Amino acid sequence: MQVSRGRSGVGMRPLVGAALSCALGAVLLAGCAQGAGSDPNALVVYSGQHVQTTEALVAAFERATGINVSLRSDDEDVLADQIVTEGSRSPADVFYTENSPPLQYLASKGLLAPVEPSTLANTPPRFNSPDGEWVGVSARVSVMVYNTNLLKPDQLPTSAMQLADPEWSGRIALAGSETDFQPIVTSIAHTHGRDAALRWLEAVKANAASHTYPDNETVTDRVNRGQVALGLINQYYWYRERAQVGAGGTHSAIAFFAPRDVGYVMNVSGAGILKSSPHRSEAQRFLAFLTSAAGQEIIAHSDSFEYPVASGVTTAQPLTPFDQLQPNGITIAELGTGAEAIKLLQEAQLL
Amino acid sequence: MSRLRAARHRPGRRQGLPPLLTLGAAVVTLVVLLPLVFLVVQALQVGWAELRQLLFRHLTAVLVWNTVTLVVVVTALCIVVGTLAAWFVERTDVPGRRMLAVLLVIPLGIPDFVVSFGWRAVFPSIGGFWAAVLVMTLAVYPLVFLPVAASLRAADPVQEEVARSLGLGRVRTFLTVTVGQARVAIFGGAILVGLVVLAEFGAFEILGYQTLTTEIYNEFQVGFNEPAACALSLILVLLGALLLGGEDLVRGHGRTSRVGAGTSRPMRPVALGRARPLALGGVGALVVLALGVPVGAIVYLLVQGGNTTLPPASLAIATANTFAYAAAAGVVATLAALPIALLSVRFPRRRVLGMERVNLVVLAVPGLVIALSLTYLTEHFLQGRFYQTSPLLVLAYAIMFFPLAVVSVRAAVARAPVGLEEVGASLGVSRRSVLWRVTLPLVGPGLVAAFALVFLETATELTATLVLHPTDVQTLATQFWAYQENASYSQAAPYAGVMVLIAAVPGYVLGRWFDRQPERATAIGRATAPVQTVPVPA
Repeated sequence: MQVSRGRSGVGMRPLVGAALSCALGAVLLAGCAQGAGSDPNALVVYSGQHVQTTEALVAAFERATGINVSLRSDDEDVLADQIVTEGSRSPADVFYTENSPPLQYLASKGLLAPVEPSTLANTPPRFNSPDGEWVGVSARVSVMVYNTNLLKPDQLPTSAMQLADPEWSGRIALAGSETDFQPIVTSIAHTHGRDAALRWLEAVKANAASHTYPDNETVTDRVNRGQVALGLINQYYWYRERAQVGAGGTHSAIAFFAPRDVGYVMNVSGAGILKSSPHRSEAQRFLAFLTSAAGQEIIAHSDSFEYPVASGVTTAQPLTPFDQLQPNGITIAELGTGAEAIKLLQEAQLL
Repeated sequence: MSRLRAARHRPGRRQGLPPLLTLGAAVVTLVVLLPLVFLVVQALQVGWAELRQLLFRHLTAVLVWNTVTLVVVVTALCIVVGTLAAWFVERTDVPGRRMLAVLLVIPLGIPDFVVSFGWRAVFPSIGGFWAAVLVMTLAVYPLVFLPVAASLRAADPVQEEVARSLGLGRVRTFLTVTVGQARVAIFGGAILVGLVVLAEFGAFEILGYQTLTTEIYNEFQVGFNEPAACALSLILVLLGALLLGGEDLVRGHGRTSRVGAGTSRPMRPVALGRARPLALGGVGALVVLALGVPVGAIVYLLVQGGNTTLPPASLAIATANTFAYAAAAGVVATLAALPIALLSVRFPRRRVLGMERVNLVVLAVPGLVIALSLTYLTEHFLQGRFYQTSPLLVLAYAIMFFPLAVVSVRAAVARAPVGLEEVGASLGVSRRSVLWRVTLPLVGPGLVAAFALVFLETATELTATLVLHPTDVQTLATQFWAYQENASYSQAAPYAGVMVLIAAVPGYVLGRWFDRQPERATAIGRATAPVQTVPVPA
């Protein structure tokens, strides 16, 4: 024993010391990693919303209130999952999403605190959480994007259900794993039943074939390039693509399904406060700001190309005015947590 | 040849293992395997019935098929490409060999999602199985090239010359003698390739190719379905274990080294004659495809410009953060690998080698799984302390890339036989001087290589970073991702460019290091092969 230790241990002791000091140095080095304004008492916002608009909103809020905000951006579904895993000790104070299902998911787990009635009153009730656990901030609507060289407006389908027809084989693009797609699935299942929704998904998947993409940005881009004729997206993707490639590079347009079609779905982006938050009053102020006229004006004039829904603010940015939209009447409660849509997507092997 | 002597000494043969070292190795192994504990706990929570429903469905079969075929084809191609490139550079008179040797290593430092991003920028419609094969092969073939090139350098060229003089053709000489000499290095590199492909996410996400790993991400993220994701991850771990076991069988137990550096003399390169331009064209094409396309795409996007709707971010701060994390993770992983490497070289018992090998499996676990497991564990056992702090992020990196550190550190430790230290000690030199004058000069460069490998991988890591980074702290990868997600490619390009630059430096260092010390890389090839540590026949 003694011998063995001696043999293998020649030079080991100073090595241990050297190793420990190296490790200490490494940790100190990592500690140097810095952010914009690391304030331990800052209000932590987990955001799945467009970084562009969210940063503008946060900056305006900080100026207006003097409250520091730490912004953490990721996909809304990742963040929702992360908050659930973090549990009662989540660092998040506010969760700001692109669609209602992730908020409803957290609400269903009992993780959200009630929003102040005065804030809820900023937004029409149909855009808010049915139980007052989060507030609606902006709206988006599902549309078709089509390549204007490959399709004329009169060749477009009038219902999302037609996308399952064989004539669209090889001509449509799909991002089945996007959270933006789930409300359409829920809507179809709500109107036509679960089995019909599954058959529709399977047919649409077969029609999309190799044009199945990881996200709606790619769908929009491929349609614009003419690699595929038609895609199913939310309106703002196309506006952003146009802002990036310019009018000269735009070879696509968007179109709506027939009024109140199952594929014509309005989704609400909203924000909620975590029950576990130690900064609830600051968080309430943040939500109040998002839905105030000042906050809504930022959304109206940002590159988000969404529809403000609170405090009476309107925008001319998406070309179709908000009051002329004719989506189907599916409610936030009916859209739910998206669990049913996810099950269907899994059965259709799109997830 | 030092490892032979080290093995012959086998100091710990009939003695107990040194307790401190064993404890250290055991603790490190436990920490590295924490993600597996998380997987099992989560998967068991749903019960067997639902688990069976999740696992035994058609999609699982499709995913396993997609994944396995990809691993097999990419690994096979990497073996062919890596070995041939190594042979041309090491054994023939192809022009510009020294520069080619360095250029061929650098692609290892380019993140796979930047490679696929580059290919997508050049060929927008690229996607599917063969695109995944192409991109992965070009991204990871250096894992074969590096050890094979070095092992060819260390091997005795006389064997090939003898074979030729005995009338064996050039091709058969290559296939039997050359490949035979490099066999251990080839399999060692191939196993790393296989494990890395198993866990790859970013490239396949961009290319739209579905594997077990992309599905695990979907289940975690879109599906809110941790049990399903964990169950699929366990399949991935199983495949990784099969890979390690399979390599054990295929590699064989023969000895490929020679005893004594004795007759080594400068190698006489094979004259390619008229095939020379062809060979240069082939190796040159590889460099262009692996290095030229991604770098070219980045430069093109930089020059082309374009609008973004995203706010500006600080490239300098992201670079500094990335540098700090990568360096810290490199140091931690390298130090953590020391106890296991020391044990397995100096006490090559079955269970010690088993412990070393088990650690390699973690390379097949996707980054998101490791990140979520640490989230879960800090939440359940540390009351949320350390969560989303720099130390935990560094720990995550160190766990993820621990296998790369183990493999390199082991090779380094094997170069410092205990006998040399004893000679030093017996000559009356103090322990401290032995450390500085004997051990470190021998082991040091290998430790630097381990550090460089981990540094390289950490600098380009994305998925675990997104979950665990301190809020407000951005790295190059997270900023690249933010722009790329928004299709703001010309804004993403500078971040990709700096990542390539940062990664090229250790890539270059690795290339140079193996260049001068061929036996180091041979040892890397061997290090994944436990049997090789007891190589001396009676």
